[in-house]
Amino acid sequence: MKRRAVLALGLLGIPLRGLAQANVHVSTTDPLVYALTKGKVVNAGRVKLELPQIADTGYSVPMTVRVESPMTPASYVRRIHLIAEKNPMRDMASFQLGPHSARAEVGSNIRLNGSQRVVAIAELSDGSFWSDAVQIEVREAACTEDG
Amino acid sequence: MALSRIQVPPEARRGEAVEVRILIQHPMETGFRRNLEGKRVARNVLHSLACRYNGVEVFRATLSSGIAANPALRFFVRAEKSGELEFWWLDDDEVEGSARARLTVL
Repeated sequence: MKRRAVLALGLLGIPLRGLAQANVHVSTTDPLVYALTKGKVVNAGRVKLELPQIADTGYSVPMTVRVESPMTPASYVRRIHLIAEKNPMRDMASFQLGPHSARAEVGSNIRLNGSQRVVAIAELSDGSFWSDAVQIEVREAACTEDG
Repeated sequence: MALSRIQVPPEARRGEAVEVRILIQHPMETGFRRNLEGKRVARNVLHSLACRYNGVEVFRATLSSGIAANPALRFFVRAEKSGELEFWWLDDDEVEGSARARLTVL
C-alpha cells in the first residue's frame, strides 16, 4: 500500500515538474534582462528563489535566494539580480557577492504590486547566467500605479 | 542618520559562514504614492548599501522601491579574523548612514 502511494506521488510529480521547467524561461531580449546579461543565455537551474505561494499583502514579502556554488576564488557567484515582472519598477534589487561570502544566499523583504512572477538571475564567476522564477499570488497589492 | 540594527553571532569559528543581518529604519518611499492632498510623495529609496569586513568589501546591494520599507538584508560572510563589519548606505535624498558591528573569530 505504501509503495503504491509513493508511486502515485511520482506519477503526479512528473507533470508538475514539467510545468515548473516551462516557468523558468527568461526572455533574453527583454531590455532589462539584456542590460544584465548582454544577451547571453540564461540557463534554468542552480538558483533557488524562495517566496511564499500566497501573500496577504504585497507590502513586505519574505524572500530568500540561494545559488549552488562552492564560493571559492575559482568559482563563485558574482551577482544576483531580482526582477518583479509586474512592479512599476521591475528591477528590484542586485546583490554583489564574492568568494568571501562563503555562501551564496541573500534574504530580504520585497514589495509586490499584485500577483506575478518573480525572477532571480545569478551571474557566476565563469560568466554564465542561471535563473529561477516563482509565481506568487498577492491578495493585496503594495502599490498602485497612478491612475 | 537612520536607526539601524545589525545582528551577527557573538562569536564564530575561523572559516565558518557567518550569517549577517541588518535592519535599517527607512520609509523606502516609492514615488508612486500620493498624500492626503493628492500631491505625489517624492521618491526616497535607500538605493545603495555596502558592507566591509576588516576594510574589504564583502557585500554590496543596489535596491529599488521593490524592497519593503525598513529594508532588512541577510547574507553570509566567511569568518577570517576578529574585526569590524562596517555598513554604509545612501538614499535618494543623499542622506548617508553607517553602522558597525564587531565579529569575534575564535
